Amino acid sequence: MLFTSWAFLLFLAVLVPVYFLVPKRIQWIVLLLFNAVFVCAAGVLGAVFMVVTIGTVYAASRAIDALYSRQRETLAAIKETHTKEERKQTRLRFEKRRRLVLIACLAVNFGILFVLKYGAMIGRFSAALFGTRAFGQDLALTMGISFYTFSTVGYLLDVYRETIPAEKNPLKLALFTSFFPLLVQGPITRFETVGRALLEPHSFDGQRFLSAGLRIAWGYWKKLIVADRLLVAVKALCARPDVYRGDFILVEMLLYAACLYADFTGGVDITIGVGELLGVRIEENFLRPYFSKSISEYWRRWHITLGEWFKRYVYYPLSVSKPMRALSKGTRKLGAGVSRRVPVYLATLLVWALTGAWHGSRPTFLVWGLLNGAVILISEELKPLYARFHKRSPRLTASAFYRGFTVIRTVLLLSSLRILDCYGTIKEAFSSFFSMFTTWNWGAVFRGGIQSLGLSYTDYAIAGLGVIAMFALSMTQRKGAIRLRIRKRGTVFSVCMLLVLIGTILIFGRYGFGFDASQFIYNRF
Amino acid sequence: MKRELKTAIGILLACIVFFGALSALTRLAAPKYHDTLIDGHLTGEYYDEKTDHDVLFVGDCEVYENFSPVTLYNEYGVTSYIRGGAQQLVWHSYYFLKDALRAETPKVVVFNVLSLRYGEPQSEAYNRLALDGMRWGAAKVGAIKASMTGGEDFMSYVFPLLRYHDRITALTAEDFEYWFKKGDPVSFKGYMMHTGVEPAAETPQEIYEPNLPEQSFAWLEKIAALCEENGIALVLIKSPSIYPEWHPEWDAEIAAFAKAHGVRYDNMITENDAIGIDMQTDTYDQGQHLNVYGAEKLSRWFGKVLKEAYGLKDHRGEAAYDADYAALTERYEAEKQRQLSEENGA
Repeated sequence: MLFTSWAFLLFLAVLVPVYFLVPKRIQWIVLLLFNAVFVCAAGVLGAVFMVVTIGTVYAASRAIDALYSRQRETLAAIKETHTKEERKQTRLRFEKRRRLVLIACLAVNFGILFVLKYGAMIGRFSAALFGTRAFGQDLALTMGISFYTFSTVGYLLDVYRETIPAEKNPLKLALFTSFFPLLVQGPITRFETVGRALLEPHSFDGQRFLSAGLRIAWGYWKKLIVADRLLVAVKALCARPDVYRGDFILVEMLLYAACLYADFTGGVDITIGVGELLGVRIEENFLRPYFSKSISEYWRRWHITLGEWFKRYVYYPLSVSKPMRALSKGTRKLGAGVSRRVPVYLATLLVWALTGAWHGSRPTFLVWGLLNGAVILISEELKPLYARFHKRSPRLTASAFYRGFTVIRTVLLLSSLRILDCYGTIKEAFSSFFSMFTTWNWGAVFRGGIQSLGLSYTDYAIAGLGVIAMFALSMTQRKGAIRLRIRKRGTVFSVCMLLVLIGTILIFGRYGFGFDASQFIYNRF
Repeated sequence: MKRELKTAIGILLACIVFFGALSALTRLAAPKYHDTLIDGHLTGEYYDEKTDHDVLFVGDCEVYENFSPVTLYNEYGVTSYIRGGAQQLVWHSYYFLKDALRAETPKVVVFNVLSLRYGEPQSEAYNRLALDGMRWGAAKVGAIKASMTGGEDFMSYVFPLLRYHDRITALTAEDFEYWFKKGDPVSFKGYMMHTGVEPAAETPQEIYEPNLPEQSFAWLEKIAALCEENGIALVLIKSPSIYPEWHPEWDAEIAAFAKAHGVRYDNMITENDAIGIDMQTDTYDQGQHLNVYGAEKLSRWFGKVLKEAYGLKDHRGEAAYDADYAALTERYEAEKQRQLSEENGA
């Protein structure tokens, strides 16, 4: 069910009144039923995979929890009778069992994700090498699996670390895993926040409803007016790397930057807005990312929940893991700097390789991830140089001009890396990127070139105005949430703003017959 | 309380302005079918009729370009209307007939069988041409549901802005001229006049299925049943044309259907000589459709057939009809002159 479909709006129109009319104690059950409808509407296979995830994670979390309880009971029982070493061995035995349970569950869930993401690629390789077909070759990525697998596995890891207790009711875990707005393109959420909020009773609040409506409408505005419009040109550019080269690539980079921002943030606005409609607060996934002054800052402000997941569950545990500590120790003779850097470098590159792999099976994603990691590490290495520069030219580096320069530099850098997202092969991506420096064809771009991309000048003008509106709103947001300021001006003003948003979507949005209702870009990851 | 009331009034006013603006924009964005794509204007013109009709034609371009109700009245006093449209499919015809029956019950319904070659919805654009002007009711709902092609949705028929919103950035003078103005009719009781002459030429051979689709016959059954329920005589015709081809196998199927249902079937292609149709002078597009001269000849011939077969009343001399058809004839002749002048470069 696309967010941009009548079916979805109808689904919401039925859910919201039902949710608030039923007794509060069964609200979460009603929501679970609606989630089930949403999941099943996307396909039975997806529902089966989700049930497997819920079942395995529930069983594993309960088993881990039980092992903790038994460990505590056993240790208490043998406290007086056993030696310290014996108690340690007992603890280690329980720890080993818990790890086994955890690994088995992770293997099942990441195994499903792996097969769905990489089945086609493995199939191609096996067909090329052995002339055989691989299991999973024909399976397509089912709705939201990359997002709910990470959220649910995050919950399991939290239980494993005893950060949170295991949920006793499997249906409550099912509610968290299947919460429908999160299945389109995330964000990746945590059980102790969203999972708990879903279980709380919620009352209807007109003001919250209006506020949520504004957020949802703004999401649709970005998606239908800007993202879906620019996507036509981006697709046209990416489809013909043999034709669109040179300066077209710069146009492609900038259009894709705007398109992806409008698409992803638009979708998340709708998700967060839908959560708010029901009284459920969902974590923010963006913090004006295009105002970042460096790539590492950008990644703290773009798809925040994915970055945090990797940091919390991969980067930190990996950095302090036994092999890393051993590696650090082993490289001490090469100097303190090297010894300190080796685990950080390895963990960073591994996290970025995984981030790339999470985005897709194409080798371009892996290279994209590794390049991001490399840029971040190089920036870290250059920090002392920057510091010296800042010290020598304090007035320049404090100026708005310099801040603007760093922001534009970051946008151009991340857009350059994103070229890898646009093409099927690494060769195409690099060849297209470097053609910017070997082919000078602004003339072709502006002599009707951009009109050959499926958009009219009016479309570019509308998208341009949309981008300006998004930029202006982001600037305004620095002084506080825009919705709060709208709400402060009263209910009538808020309603007027909502109607203006809906009206402009209806008139300038790309939807209806003749337009491809496109899924959100991040839905394919 | 006073504050809440003020808020409620404010919201209500905002909604009124919003829906008013949307309604105005919907009218602006919707195609006007007046100066361009005028076939789309035909459906709506039926509702402006002031008199009823003894004969109702339903079908595709082979009825709305090949029969002249003006000639039928002036020659025989037969009152008629053509509810036809470009690529009007059989279910469109069924629902147009059903729609017409809300207002009148003709004595004879004439259905042109060419559209039976299509058993599935063909094109969204033609659906819009046929259905945009249709008055809302059960017939329109049925017609939309039967007609929708892949990618279409019912909501966009209910709220046309959802379909035509992209025209807002491509508006023409026509859109502004007929924004709130209805405009003159473009047809003559459903007849679309063409005075040009383009003689018949060689036509391409087409590959065809020897059997007409079953779905088409299912709809034709419905038309026959509707006529029977309302005591209307159904006449099946194949209008004279050279292209698209009308194949003998199809003809035999229609003849068999007509026989089985006890309805008349006239394949007028075989009557060209009797009618006096000359495809060198009576067609404006190489034998696909008739021009006004051909349409008048065909109407003279068919009017006689209808009158003799169904004893249709001669309404000439009845004030209401005379006034209606006198005004129509005047407009008809003026249009003929206008087109002739245009052809002659005047």
